[in-house]
Amino acid sequence: MTSDFLISLAQAVTKGLLTGMVYGLMALGLSVIFGVMRVVNFAHGEMMVVGMYCAWAASEYLGLSPMLSLPLIAVLFFGLGYALQRTLISPFIGRPEHQQFLLLLAIAMLLVNGCLAIAGPDAHGVQMDSQFDSYELGPLVFDAVRLHAAIAAVAIAALLWLFFKYTRTGKSIRAAADNNMGALVVGLDVRRLYAFTFGVGAACVGAAGALMLTIIPVTPFLSAEYTLLAFVIVIVGGLGSMTGALMGGLLIGVSEAVAGLVLQPSLKSMVSFGLLILVLLLRPQGLFGGKSGT
Amino acid sequence: MRLVSRLVEGAAPRSLWGLGVLLVLLLAAPALLGKYGLSVLILILYFAYVGQAWNILMGFAGQLSLGHALYAGLGGYIAAGLYFHYGIGPWAGVFAGVAAAALAGAVVGYLGFRFSLAGVYFALLTIAFGEFTRLAFDHWDWAGGSGGLFLKVDAKVDPLKLRGGPLLFYYVILALTVGIFILCRALLESRLGRYWLAIREDPEAAQAIGVPVLRCKMIAIVISAGLTALAGVWNAFYYNNLFPETAFSMGRSIEITLAPIIGGLGTLFGPIVGAVVLTGLGEVFTDASDYLHIAGIKQIFYGLALLVIVMFRPAGLWPWIADRLGFGERRR
Amino acid sequence: MTRSAITRRGLNRAAIAGATLIGAPLPLRHGFAQSPPANLKVALLLPTSGLQAQIGQACKRGADVANDVFGDMKMPVRLEVMNYDTESKPDAARTQAEKAIDAGAHILVGAFDSGQSIAIAQVAEQRGIPFVVNIAAAPQLTEQGYKFLVRNFPTAAMLITGALNLHKDIFKASGQTPKTAVMMSVNDTFGTSMINGIKGLFPKLDMPYELVDTISYDPAAKDLSVEVGKAKATKADLLLPVCRLNDAKLLVQEMVKQRWEPMGVLNPGSPGLYEQDFLKTMGKYGDFLISNVPWLDPKQAMTVSLEKHHLAKFPNDQLDLNGGFTFEAMLIAAQAWLVAKSTKADALMEALRNTKIDNHVMVGGPIQFDAKGQNVNIKAAAVENLKRKPTVVMPVASAAAPLVFPMPGWADKRRV
Repeated sequence: MTSDFLISLAQAVTKGLLTGMVYGLMALGLSVIFGVMRVVNFAHGEMMVVGMYCAWAASEYLGLSPMLSLPLIAVLFFGLGYALQRTLISPFIGRPEHQQFLLLLAIAMLLVNGCLAIAGPDAHGVQMDSQFDSYELGPLVFDAVRLHAAIAAVAIAALLWLFFKYTRTGKSIRAAADNNMGALVVGLDVRRLYAFTFGVGAACVGAAGALMLTIIPVTPFLSAEYTLLAFVIVIVGGLGSMTGALMGGLLIGVSEAVAGLVLQPSLKSMVSFGLLILVLLLRPQGLFGGKSGT
Repeated sequence: MRLVSRLVEGAAPRSLWGLGVLLVLLLAAPALLGKYGLSVLILILYFAYVGQAWNILMGFAGQLSLGHALYAGLGGYIAAGLYFHYGIGPWAGVFAGVAAAALAGAVVGYLGFRFSLAGVYFALLTIAFGEFTRLAFDHWDWAGGSGGLFLKVDAKVDPLKLRGGPLLFYYVILALTVGIFILCRALLESRLGRYWLAIREDPEAAQAIGVPVLRCKMIAIVISAGLTALAGVWNAFYYNNLFPETAFSMGRSIEITLAPIIGGLGTLFGPIVGAVVLTGLGEVFTDASDYLHIAGIKQIFYGLALLVIVMFRPAGLWPWIADRLGFGERRR
Repeated sequence: MTRSAITRRGLNRAAIAGATLIGAPLPLRHGFAQSPPANLKVALLLPTSGLQAQIGQACKRGADVANDVFGDMKMPVRLEVMNYDTESKPDAARTQAEKAIDAGAHILVGAFDSGQSIAIAQVAEQRGIPFVVNIAAAPQLTEQGYKFLVRNFPTAAMLITGALNLHKDIFKASGQTPKTAVMMSVNDTFGTSMINGIKGLFPKLDMPYELVDTISYDPAAKDLSVEVGKAKATKADLLLPVCRLNDAKLLVQEMVKQRWEPMGVLNPGSPGLYEQDFLKTMGKYGDFLISNVPWLDPKQAMTVSLEKHHLAKFPNDQLDLNGGFTFEAMLIAAQAWLVAKSTKADALMEALRNTKIDNHVMVGGPIQFDAKGQNVNIKAAAVENLKRKPTVVMPVASAAAPLVFPMPGWADKRRV
């Protein structure tokens, strides 16, 4: 193992960790939604792409950098998610999977093609001021933009953790997730909590989208890949576990980066899918999940 | 004769007459429809066929597979590859393709069922296998890699090599669709069909009364995979080109599931009705989008239509239509 | 981006045209009303939406001014151009080709992308309609024996041979020779042809440098940091990128971020590095990258006319090889009609096979097709991005500016 290779490896790992944080934030949204309501959000990637478009629009028409428009987008998405849940999704909770799947597929189609119709198929990126900057730490080079995005992602995740741990609504949501019947018995308004949860999940995804835009230009065709990625991360990390989603994000980010380095880059997704298959078979509750499979 | 009587047992005479008329119309269709109409009908039959094949796993045995493009892709690629490299005609190559797909189905099924994956977990397993295979084919030179596999095209008609125009492919897909329809009816009436019903409704109770659950599920997925592969072979020779990113894509897999879900899971006519509605809608929306010149408008209409259908007719269109028309198909 | 047919601009244009027509003197009005019917219906199939949208649209602009240039050149022919969008996908390309033929197209032209072009070629072959390929390098197009196809673009092999030979010229002119090179390529029909071509031709061409690694990636990749990291780790002197527009941008961006400064970036024949959108986005970092591609010959009268009309109609858009080759495809179709004097497929195809056009717009000998339908007279040039414009630097005879090699670093003062 030459030192050159070790440096490249360290470089890949760092890059994987940084990107992985943003992936983790996106997956967090899904974990919250699926973990609490058992709704299979097949529109997750699409929601993130819409978030990316919103951030781009804010930059293009309002002159706001994605970092600044992020809180606005998060609030907007919370509202939209809440509304979406109350209107369309809530009748589908508890229905057979294929119906949920079809519903969210329809929503996904509408979202993605809405973006296509409004913004066209071309890629739209944002030129950050620090676009070409990087930080150096010894032989390692850190991409400035990625670093900022990762820090923001961690901050948001921390806020979320505080919310779930210390606020009343947060604790009620966790209760409803753990024991639906019990929550009803105790008098929690489960429907409102579900809507709130969906809103929170959507806000996460919107925020992740704003951050992702700083790294990657947005096209309508990104969505399918991200939906899949979110599911892989959530399953590998463990459903219903916030730590799981973040760690899963990091793990997938790093494994993609390292696989890209060691194998052919075009094969890097294979490792993620291989990992998914292994986890599904051997430890379906995920690496950090608590309950088994349910 | 006993076989035929078993098949028609329990069906209202009205339904049988209706089917007969439909069959005659379909046989005569090329003469009745123009070139455009025929191409739409071919598409309808294709989705009806492949939807029915998927339906065997989902509607009959209750397992949601979102990676069925894997089997279609394998069938298509193997048969096309054999033709491209060794000149082996599709009528022989199809056996290899079906075998490969059946094997893949067995692997996915075994891993899924043995490890008790259900619902969305099983669906994700199927997606993962589909994606995995897509990436593998991207790097397999024998199959053309990501550059694609292009079959040699000829203006001459040669049914043995499936070289020909839409007419040839129409009758082949018609035969396949009629065939799978009859097969599914036979399966549903058989003991296996009843086992499947039990497993779908309540797997634990079925296990308790002695239904060989694992074996039945395996049979379902192997049959479903093999039949889907046939569609893949047909597809490969009709379009003459294959790319991993489309042949194995999740989009393809989802496409396969739409007709049966909209038409009505577990029913015999569901996939056909679903195919008619979806393809019909698709063509209407394509026309609309040509007129309106907005990118993606067709898919927006499509999404809205899906939304409406799943919200107001979640059991599918066919059961509702059947009630209205008095074709009381036994609701499964 | 496609919008509804009725836009504010469209309405304004229509109003002005209407007003002009009404106010024009009678003979002119008579002339307008009697605009000659088109001689030939040409279906132009291009990826005007999807991943390759921007280049597809650049191609279309070349065709949009074709009739005007024919007018200048006193060619008595008018084409009716029917535009079809392949959405950057072979499936859609196939459907659109069928649609075009059903709508009465006499000749198909397209499609910029190899995979889409092959799909169209299959349809053309089945339906017996001539197909003129404007841009596509995959060898299959002329190796699979299609009888209804001609290609006016180099094959991957021709591109590579031309490029590699030009490399030797570049090293001789600059006095610096790299020892190693790494190739990074997009993983699609075109990229695979190029990789296989380079690997096959490399040993035969006696190159002074060694190819140490080939790194391929997904055309839809949104992030090339790992790939570039890997390339940087090879410490190669030279980068040979086989890329498209979006990944070209990602590639160079990563190179800047990771501070990788090879001796040179020599594109062996792919799009991307000279595209207008690339130059605009990359700013000063896009300069000094060299592409070995066929280019417009400024010395030809037809080129001058093409540039004039293009500038008039599209003042904010660059005319490059995309527009140039698409225009030439139109020229080929028009010429075939002039010779065949018929719109029947067989007559047109015969005329196409016997094409000989001395005056055209791209660098190279007369447009002529060999038995397989391939034009072997196209020459490659070395085009370097200088001051945000792609400029011919080699061969010296056609050069518009001196070559700069090795490439200045990312922080070098020469980058403004």
